[in-house]
Amino acid sequence: MYKDVKGSIPTDSEVILGILNNSESVLKRLYVAYFPMVLQLIINNNGTPDDAKDIYQEAIIILYNKVKAGDFELSSKLKTFLYSICRRLWLKRLGQMARFGGDIRDFNEYSPVDDEVEKQGDMDIQFSKMGVALQLLGEPCKTIMEDFYIHNRSMQEICERFGYTNADNAKTQKYKCLQRLKKLFFQQK
Amino acid sequence: MNDGKLLEEIERYLNGEMEPQERKQFELLRKGDTAINTKITEHQEFAKLLKQYSDRLALENRLNAIHDEIDVHTLTEELMVHPSVVVRLWRNHHSKISVAASILIFAILSTLFVTGNLSNQDSKYIQLRREVGNLKQKTESLNKKVTQNASRNGMSAMDRFRGTGFAITSNGLIATNYHVVNGADSVYVQNAAGKSFKAKVLYTEPENDIAILKIVDTSFRNLAPIPYTFKKSESDLAESVYTYGYPQDSPIYDDGKLTSSNGLNGDSLDYQISIPINPGNSGGPLMDSKGNVIGLVQAKQTQLEGVHFAVKASYLLNAIQNIPSDSLNKKITLNTKNTLSNLNTVQQVKKLKNYVFMVKVYDK
Repeated sequence: MYKDVKGSIPTDSEVILGILNNSESVLKRLYVAYFPMVLQLIINNNGTPDDAKDIYQEAIIILYNKVKAGDFELSSKLKTFLYSICRRLWLKRLGQMARFGGDIRDFNEYSPVDDEVEKQGDMDIQFSKMGVALQLLGEPCKTIMEDFYIHNRSMQEICERFGYTNADNAKTQKYKCLQRLKKLFFQQK
Repeated sequence: MNDGKLLEEIERYLNGEMEPQERKQFELLRKGDTAINTKITEHQEFAKLLKQYSDRLALENRLNAIHDEIDVHTLTEELMVHPSVVVRLWRNHHSKISVAASILIFAILSTLFVTGNLSNQDSKYIQLRREVGNLKQKTESLNKKVTQNASRNGMSAMDRFRGTGFAITSNGLIATNYHVVNGADSVYVQNAAGKSFKAKVLYTEPENDIAILKIVDTSFRNLAPIPYTFKKSESDLAESVYTYGYPQDSPIYDDGKLTSSNGLNGDSLDYQISIPINPGNSGGPLMDSKGNVIGLVQAKQTQLEGVHFAVKASYLLNAIQNIPSDSLNKKITLNTKNTLSNLNTVQQVKKLKNYVFMVKVYDK
């Protein structure tokens, strides 16, 4: 049913172009096209549908970032690439959960994706640290940080939003918040 | 310049908001002061990370939105490897099954324990064997009794069996049934005149139920030549036959027909005859109307009414030939001249009388 709505499986080059152009529909078609494959892999190897979701999204993010970074070369079919990454990620996850029963076979031939997975793992650690730090930072610092560094709003806008009497006050507040955020971030191990 | 001011400078520098002149100055400052340079890089990295983090968050949200549109449940059902009914049953209910099984095992064991089957199994088996042994013994003794009954005279007060025998030579060789003399301590034969002679068992063929006795009594005088002959060939059905023997103290004559050339269960050893045979008749001669001995009456009890058996004469002749020569004084010469053939039955029986003996057997 969903296939009819979202259209057919996109071609590999379509996907790459779509990601580069931030195309929502291509992302959706890509996601929908290969999810069943990964779901099957995970649920038939001691996983749950939620595990499948996590693993698949991680793989999509890896692909997405690689394409965005511009260092993605299509050396194999996109399907194979995604499958390899998911397999690798799931093996890693199973290893962590210590419930790997040897159900996944011949994973060695997919070792080229190891680098991707490792990089992704490092990034994930950084991101989770950042998430925790932002959570601990609390309001209004969190919003100020987001507004300034993420949404690129000017200090003038921020000043108005939070009702600071002048931009200098806002700047001081922003500076304090940033210092606290850095502290919270680097404190975590 | 305090840290807050510096940060502002750095941000303006990184965002490209500085005037070219200011920018040059700042780059010089950066080159000259490593501490400031590190700070700049550090801040740049951190800001980048923050940006990436938010990008990631946004991407994840997009993906989650897409994911929510997929009917994961149905898809899971489709893609699951469906194991067989038994495996699924086991997976879903194995705890219940295990409990049920252990209760069952416990129940069986306790039942066995309560009924005593658990501990007494071995001895019971032995008992059963003993019982089988006992049964076997009982059956054997019953069989013996039945066979003995066949030759036992009910009127006898002593431990004594009786049968009948008839002379096969004039010098005192007498044929009878093996079962008559089986287990005998001593054997006597009594002639029609009531005179007893001691005899010994010369030869037996238990499988054919034939025994050959020899009168060893010193008072015995040789008989007149045997009037009858032995018919080697098989007699025909429906032939008139008669017997003469001692089922009681006085001799009994009885007649009938030859009804079958096979005995019990098709046993080719025997003839089947319609003459009523009584205990004590055993070992008597079965004569045909021509005065030939065609068999040796075997007064076996049967479950069928009016069905009796006699060992065929050919087996008797074989037995006579099989007698070891060293137990004989001289070679046996059977009578070949039948002097009865022309006589009627009354006269035949009158002549026969002197050659048919009562065999008396004394047990230990």
